[in-house]
Amino acid sequence: MNKPVNQKAWLLVLPVLICVAFSSILPLMTVVNYSVQDIISPERRVFVGTEWFASVMRDRELHAALARQIVFSLSVLAVEIPLGIALALSMPASGWRASAALVAVALPLLIPWNVVGTIWQIFCRTDIGLLGSAIKALGLEYSYTGDATQAWLTVLLMDVWHWTPLVALLAYAGLRAIPDAYYQAARIDGASRLAVFRYIQLPKIRGVLMIAVLLRFMDSFMIYTEPFVLTGGGPGNATTFLSQYLTQKAVGQFDLGPAAAFSLIYFLIIMLLCFILYNWMQRLGTPGRADK
Amino acid sequence: MARIDLDLAHCYRPEQAEIDYALLPLKMTFSDGGAYALLGPSGCGKTTMLNIISGLLIPSEGTVRIDGRDVTHASPQQRNIAQVFQFPVIYDTMTVAENLAFPLQNRRMPTAQIRKRVGEIAEMLELSAQLDRRAAGLSAEQQQKISLGRGLVRPDVAAVLLDEPLTVIDPNLKFQLRRKLKQIHRELKLTFIYVTHDQVEALTFADEIVVMNRRRAVQVGAAEVLFERPAHTFVGYFIGSPGMNFLPARASATGVNVAGQLLATLPHRAVPDGELKLGIRPEYLTLAAHQAPGALAARVTHVQDLGTHLLLSAALDGHTLKARLASDVAPPQVGESVWLQVISEHTCFYQDEELVA
Amino acid sequence: MQLSLEGVTKQVGPETWLYPLTLAPRPSEVTVLLGATRAGKTSLLRIMAGLDRPTTGHVRVDDQDVTGLSVRKRNVAMVYQQFINYPSMTVAENIGSPLRLRRELNIEQRVRELAERLHIGQYLARYPAELSGGEQQRVALARALAKRAPLMLLDEPLVNLDYKLREGLREELAQLFASGESTVIYATTEPGEALLLGGHTAVMDAGELLQYGATTEVFHRPRSLREARAFSDPPMNLLTATTGTGSVQLQGGPTLNLQLPPTAAGTVTVAVRASALRLQPRTGDVALAARVELSEISGSATFLHVSSAMGELVAQLTGVHAFEPDEPVTLHLSPAQVYVFDSTDTLLIAPERST
Repeated sequence: MNKPVNQKAWLLVLPVLICVAFSSILPLMTVVNYSVQDIISPERRVFVGTEWFASVMRDRELHAALARQIVFSLSVLAVEIPLGIALALSMPASGWRASAALVAVALPLLIPWNVVGTIWQIFCRTDIGLLGSAIKALGLEYSYTGDATQAWLTVLLMDVWHWTPLVALLAYAGLRAIPDAYYQAARIDGASRLAVFRYIQLPKIRGVLMIAVLLRFMDSFMIYTEPFVLTGGGPGNATTFLSQYLTQKAVGQFDLGPAAAFSLIYFLIIMLLCFILYNWMQRLGTPGRADK
Repeated sequence: MARIDLDLAHCYRPEQAEIDYALLPLKMTFSDGGAYALLGPSGCGKTTMLNIISGLLIPSEGTVRIDGRDVTHASPQQRNIAQVFQFPVIYDTMTVAENLAFPLQNRRMPTAQIRKRVGEIAEMLELSAQLDRRAAGLSAEQQQKISLGRGLVRPDVAAVLLDEPLTVIDPNLKFQLRRKLKQIHRELKLTFIYVTHDQVEALTFADEIVVMNRRRAVQVGAAEVLFERPAHTFVGYFIGSPGMNFLPARASATGVNVAGQLLATLPHRAVPDGELKLGIRPEYLTLAAHQAPGALAARVTHVQDLGTHLLLSAALDGHTLKARLASDVAPPQVGESVWLQVISEHTCFYQDEELVA
Repeated sequence: MQLSLEGVTKQVGPETWLYPLTLAPRPSEVTVLLGATRAGKTSLLRIMAGLDRPTTGHVRVDDQDVTGLSVRKRNVAMVYQQFINYPSMTVAENIGSPLRLRRELNIEQRVRELAERLHIGQYLARYPAELSGGEQQRVALARALAKRAPLMLLDEPLVNLDYKLREGLREELAQLFASGESTVIYATTEPGEALLLGGHTAVMDAGELLQYGATTEVFHRPRSLREARAFSDPPMNLLTATTGTGSVQLQGGPTLNLQLPPTAAGTVTVAVRASALRLQPRTGDVALAARVELSEISGSATFLHVSSAMGELVAQLTGVHAFEPDEPVTLHLSPAQVYVFDSTDTLLIAPERST
């Protein structure tokens, strides 16, 4: 349906365009600019072409950080999506209990990221932290600052605690939208609880799950604050993810050129992965089209 | 195959004030292999009754019996009831064949038997060509057939319940599906109970129609009976468009007094004395000669040419009477006085809304 | 107010939604837009309202070109299929909203009057969600009427209501429209509704305006087979026939004694309304042997679907009659009650009418 064309509409969009230009487009262009120059001092800069890109691509540490990042993001999805669905399924459907459950589940989402890090820092301490001392009481060696695997698992656990509620809320909204007739029909057909989940609930919440997967993937791929506060990327490089590595390069070592080149590559990786993920799930979601 | 006996009531709250009843106490029998319809406006209790029969709802009082067995607390599955809903309920990720096979798989029927049964049902519903298609991609009409098929596929199904099954069907296809339903009922001889607010669907499909209003069944009968002798003024109003005309009347030994005129009743119809309502359908309200016995004078307020017939509206003592006239007669003019035959073979008399003569 | 559409078309992508049409609905009267779904009724209403701009052609109001003028600058009221009200406003606020926008005086009194006329006076303090579907649509109608717009557009306003509610509301609407306050355009798919509303009817089919005229005139004298088809429910029975001298021979059926215009020759289509087929014979009738397929009962009428040597037929019988499928029946038809269309589907003869 084509609406009557109104040129005045552009005027209304202008403020937003200006804001976006200053907040996104100009910084992005600056980054592109940096990525092709060697900045020796504010006055002296040399055009180096694709040299930074080439060196970044050869960077071993970067490869390690990228691998760590991918494993981390996939682990986040593998844990949070099923857990979120399970949580949503076990939440009450109506009444005051539903409201209470919603508030309780949403609580972690309200906490600022750096505070989450601090909370877990204290929570996991073996001397005063509840989790840390509990594990220690069980007779297990636990140190999220000393042991690489434990540090990695602790960061994952923290992310799960922080973000599973988002998945749960989305899945919950999806589940509530399923008409009652479906459950009644399934009862009449003699379907088991598992069959109801497999053939009714899962297909019907596919749409919201797709959004949950995308959001969680993008977010976890860009994770920075929480591990920075909790472990500072250590021990060694065990919890140094891409964004942190980038910051180290840019701010810590002041290698602006390679950092800029790396940012652009990072940006492209996220776009590419989301594109692939989205398309794959789209195809997964429309089975009807495959058999025509 | 089953006979279903209801002797129950359903109340939302334990206090049992009349207003809290979703269904007032009733006794009813659906005989084996019958085609029934529950007809009434929204909120009349018909869906409550259906859900009680299917076992989705347990009545607060009384019992549901299938073939004499008390199933009041049995699950829908234990009752072997099939139900079709307003909107097609299909399993999106399955093919048509898988959808039809689903209830049998849940009952662990051997695969070869399932395939045979699914084939038979698909044939009957004209779905054979679509068996390997995804159910999600089909039209609403075909999806609704799948919902029906999932009910019919079980060889031991006791009754098929249909809850406004044609709501989402394209008007042009409704006729075909109505015919299909009727044909399936004749072939399978199952007990069918069809819930609807649409008189065409109820009267066309069912041999016996349960007319419901305000949480109670007001009349059970065949279409002809509901039309000719409505047992309740609501039935007279609800069946037919426009519905029955009603006029207040007062009966005494000398006859009935309608709008200040004393009219003689038909000798073989004994009308009890007292305050009554006289009811006559627009189809039976005919033009009469001046001062004819059993006729009243009314002033014409409106004449509508409805193409195939004329609809005459006339005012009488503050009431509007509608008469359906053949289009080949010269219609009276607006403002003219006409005589309308209110007492005839087809006139019904009501006391406290119930038919008395 | 005189609305007129001149050579209006609507093209959306490669599809044509409206073919060139010119229509000047009678001012201060009801014009029914009659047509099946996708006939172009809603597209036309949207152009009349100013919600859409026609691809070509002009829309004029009282000789002033308003093509492309935004709906906000026109004084139009519209009612839709869905019950559209402001959910956060009470019934009274809903009805009064167009009046408040125009800062009118005596809003409360006017709202009360309208609510009484539409029998929702007792619900003024309630919210739309607390009302039944029929009552919600009454609120929407009252709001549209409150606007007192010279042009009122209704897009199948009763289609989502139970038939009994529809019956009552339709009658009230017809009375409200009769006041002549506005030019009313009423879109519907049901021929019966057009006849009940009376007024004038514009028959539409597949994006084309076929015929415009007084409703009964269009019904009784359709210009061609297409109009006749669009304006009949149940569908007309169409029988193929060959012309003879003073008669037509139905294919697979009897001969009808009919005086056709001398230009008619060869194959013609005999169209019979369902109500013209009767169970009781009258003098001069021809008999048609048939077998029952299904009898549909509507409460006041029985639609008897039968199969015969001439094809499938449907008869409309007054009252309720039960038939068993496959039962043999004989239907009777008076040759005076048929329509005949020539090989180009143009009307040759229509039944004589007494009025």
